[in-house]
Amino acid sequence: MNLTARRAADNLLPPLIFGVAFIAAWQLLVRAFNIRTFVLPAPTDIWTAFGDQHSRITTAAGHSGLNALVGLIVGAVVGVLLAAIASRIPILGGAITPVVAGLAALPIVALAPLLNNMYSPLSTLPRREVVAISAFVPVFFNVLRGLSQLTPVHRELMQSYAASQTEVLRVIRIPNALPHFFTGLRVASSLAVIAAVVSEYFGGLQDGLGSRITSSVGASDYAAAWASVLGAVVLGLIFYVGALLLERLVLGNRAAPAT
Amino acid sequence: MTETAETPAPAVELAGVGKIFTARRGVVEALQEIDLTIARGEFVALIGPSGCGKSTLLRIIADLLTPTAGTVLVNGKPARRARLDQDYGIAFQQAGLLDWRTVQANIELPLELHGIDRGKRRARAAELIELVGLGEFASHRPPQLSGGMQQRVAIARALAESPTLLLMDEPFGALDEMTRERMQNELVRIAGETGAAVVFVTHSIPEAVFLSDRVAVMSARPGRISDVVPVDLGARTDDTREEPRFYAAITQVREALRGRPVPKTADVEASVEQAKGAL
Repeated sequence: MNLTARRAADNLLPPLIFGVAFIAAWQLLVRAFNIRTFVLPAPTDIWTAFGDQHSRITTAAGHSGLNALVGLIVGAVVGVLLAAIASRIPILGGAITPVVAGLAALPIVALAPLLNNMYSPLSTLPRREVVAISAFVPVFFNVLRGLSQLTPVHRELMQSYAASQTEVLRVIRIPNALPHFFTGLRVASSLAVIAAVVSEYFGGLQDGLGSRITSSVGASDYAAAWASVLGAVVLGLIFYVGALLLERLVLGNRAAPAT
Repeated sequence: MTETAETPAPAVELAGVGKIFTARRGVVEALQEIDLTIARGEFVALIGPSGCGKSTLLRIIADLLTPTAGTVLVNGKPARRARLDQDYGIAFQQAGLLDWRTVQANIELPLELHGIDRGKRRARAAELIELVGLGEFASHRPPQLSGGMQQRVAIARALAESPTLLLMDEPFGALDEMTRERMQNELVRIAGETGAAVVFVTHSIPEAVFLSDRVAVMSARPGRISDVVPVDLGARTDDTREEPRFYAAITQVREALRGRPVPKTADVEASVEQAKGAL
């Protein structure tokens, strides 16, 4: 076994063992204490429901996934742009940052019913807006931090080169902000899926995983509800791993910044 | 006929330079009445206790700080003009490399900013990498290098535009003693090969003596040059550090730092010889 394969095994084995043990314990507990399905279905029941409803869950996950993706991209783009403005124009930065901090403090899904109310019940927009606002916050803060870090040595060095602010931005601030951007994007990618699923609990178009969960619960089909939750977990992992791969692809072996 | 062609202006000319920092808690006089002329190709160390303003003085020569009094000329031009013309290269205690760039791309940075084309940049960087002895490391990134190697890169970067003046602010301050001495040997060689004048801030007496043609000794509060000790050690080699006249020069600088009159070279050398005989 070569070194990378061994390291990958070292990284994967503990969570794998824990996961298997956790599911086995769950199964045993449900069976041993004869726990009723509406309290907690056994993993095997959930797995069966997942198999039965496979195509419907996949379709719903497709809708939620698209909402999350569109919202994530819009949120990330706006986050980067506003961070760029905030770092470049300190007065605007002073105005924007507290507002974003306020947004971060607000549970963003609280906006979902209000946004749903603004559009037609068939619009996909309100959920995507909720996602965009959620995703925007971590991207904004991380990029702003990356753009604002200029060590005294680099500042003096660039001054000695008679470099303009634009050159400092291109040569130091942007490359320095890049790993921070990806840290923000990783956090935002998980938030995006959560926001896309949860925002459906508050009305609007009902074609995603969130509405599958609520309608299954409404129909007392708890195993099916849990199966949709499983779908949401898989979707969240896909987004997280996607962000991680993009980071690896762009940064290569550059070390992650201290956060 | 231009005047400068016949009598080139000195590398650095400081006349009556003073610097007062105005902070919230009052006024600090960092430098007072500094007069110093450094010839082309001359190596001058600035040495003194912490807070004597030696780094401030270096930054004033670099036009990274503006003096509150006096005039600063670099190659006969005002300091600001010299900075814009890239007359000097600078290196700090921290190497200040860009971690995401290779060694080569780090050295090319100033050339890139000043619009030198890719081919010329490559060639110049390759030359400098050889000069600082990092031949195999051109495509490495700074985090993969030791502290001494990072400083070599920083020095190569400072030399990229073939400056006639090299400004160095304790560049070896964070290195271990062995590495430090090796870097000093290298710097003497590099300064000789490039013919650049060097202003070197340090608080190590042996380092100042080993490297310099003259050591400017500074005192604190307010920062001023209290003595200028000429050092005549001839060509530096590894053995220089073992010679009586090296110790004699160290004694002279130490006495100057203590604010005592600087003893004559011959007297100190004699007493060093005597001490050796007694052993």
